Amino acid sequence: MSAQADLAVDPSPTPEQSRALRRSPRQCARHGFVQALPFILVLLPFGMLFGVVSSDAGLDLGQILGFTVLVLAGASQFTAVQLMTDHAPALVVIISAIAVNLRMAMYSASLVPWLGGARPRDRAWIAYVLIDQTYALSIQHYEKHPRLGLGQRIGYFLGAALATCPPWLGATLLGVWLGEAIPQDWALDFAIPITFLALVAPMLRSPAHVAAALVAVLAALAFAFLPSGLGLFVAAPLAMLTGAGVEMLMERRKEARA
Amino acid sequence: MTGYGDTTIWLIILAVALGTYGLRWSFLGAFGNRPMPVWAQRILRYTAVGVLPALVAPLIVWPAATGGQTDPARMIAAVVAVGLGVATRNVLAAILGGMAALYMALYLIT
Repeated sequence: MSAQADLAVDPSPTPEQSRALRRSPRQCARHGFVQALPFILVLLPFGMLFGVVSSDAGLDLGQILGFTVLVLAGASQFTAVQLMTDHAPALVVIISAIAVNLRMAMYSASLVPWLGGARPRDRAWIAYVLIDQTYALSIQHYEKHPRLGLGQRIGYFLGAALATCPPWLGATLLGVWLGEAIPQDWALDFAIPITFLALVAPMLRSPAHVAAALVAVLAALAFAFLPSGLGLFVAAPLAMLTGAGVEMLMERRKEARA
Repeated sequence: MTGYGDTTIWLIILAVALGTYGLRWSFLGAFGNRPMPVWAQRILRYTAVGVLPALVAPLIVWPAATGGQTDPARMIAAVVAVGLGVATRNVLAAILGGMAALYMALYLIT
């Protein structure tokens, strides 16, 4: 909200900004589509890996597509399949896979100043295709061009979603098909842990994030004796509180110095 | 999938889908222009770094494929994946590097 208000004060739009302002919603959609295309390079192998791993775990094609189309969230899909491979109780699988997506609530909140005025119908489909990539791309576009109209913002989001979501589905299918050709002794049991580490490592951008991850690892190992994946429910909240606590301490120290 | 009936698997899929959609829709759909409290944003910021490492730590230290025995090759692969991810900020490079390290270590050690 404040970012929008601050930037709106700026009286002279840059050439790039005025070009963005002149686009019709349809042209905005094309623009979002093109700008989202590079993300396919990341989504494709990741989606294929999900196809390989989930068919390896014994899910049938309908179930794999069910995950990919209905859940549409990579880390969460991997979490569910991993816990099912470990024979965790269904409730633990469900809660863990949803917990991984808690950040989506944050995305949802941060889009309200930009898209909150859209019709309920539009907000409904935007929520469905609100993935890491569409969020990251759109929010930076909205902040860069704060004077865009609502229709232009929705158009851009639609374009980004069209470029990223269908390839995710295609990649999963490709993975299922390839998975049948991959021999068992390829140590793919380790593909999910490696994928998660690879997802988390770039997020370790502040001492608070590092502290949270460290507590997560130590607590998960310490509480591993708890039955059926319950250790996660002790470790993850501890880690999140640690992150929030360290962040608060650092802010206070910065204020004291200033 | 051994151990789960088809109904259970679909129940899991639908529940995760509904829960995830609910999170995505939450503020945008229902709350309109009401901002999220600062303390909630602060805690939510650390969900990914809190949940994902907690999920994988036991899998890495006690892998199921080795019957729960700590495996040097898998530990090396994990360290390489994290190191590459931190250094390059590139998810794909970290996945590929980690898997390459795993195969190399498995080949050299066993």
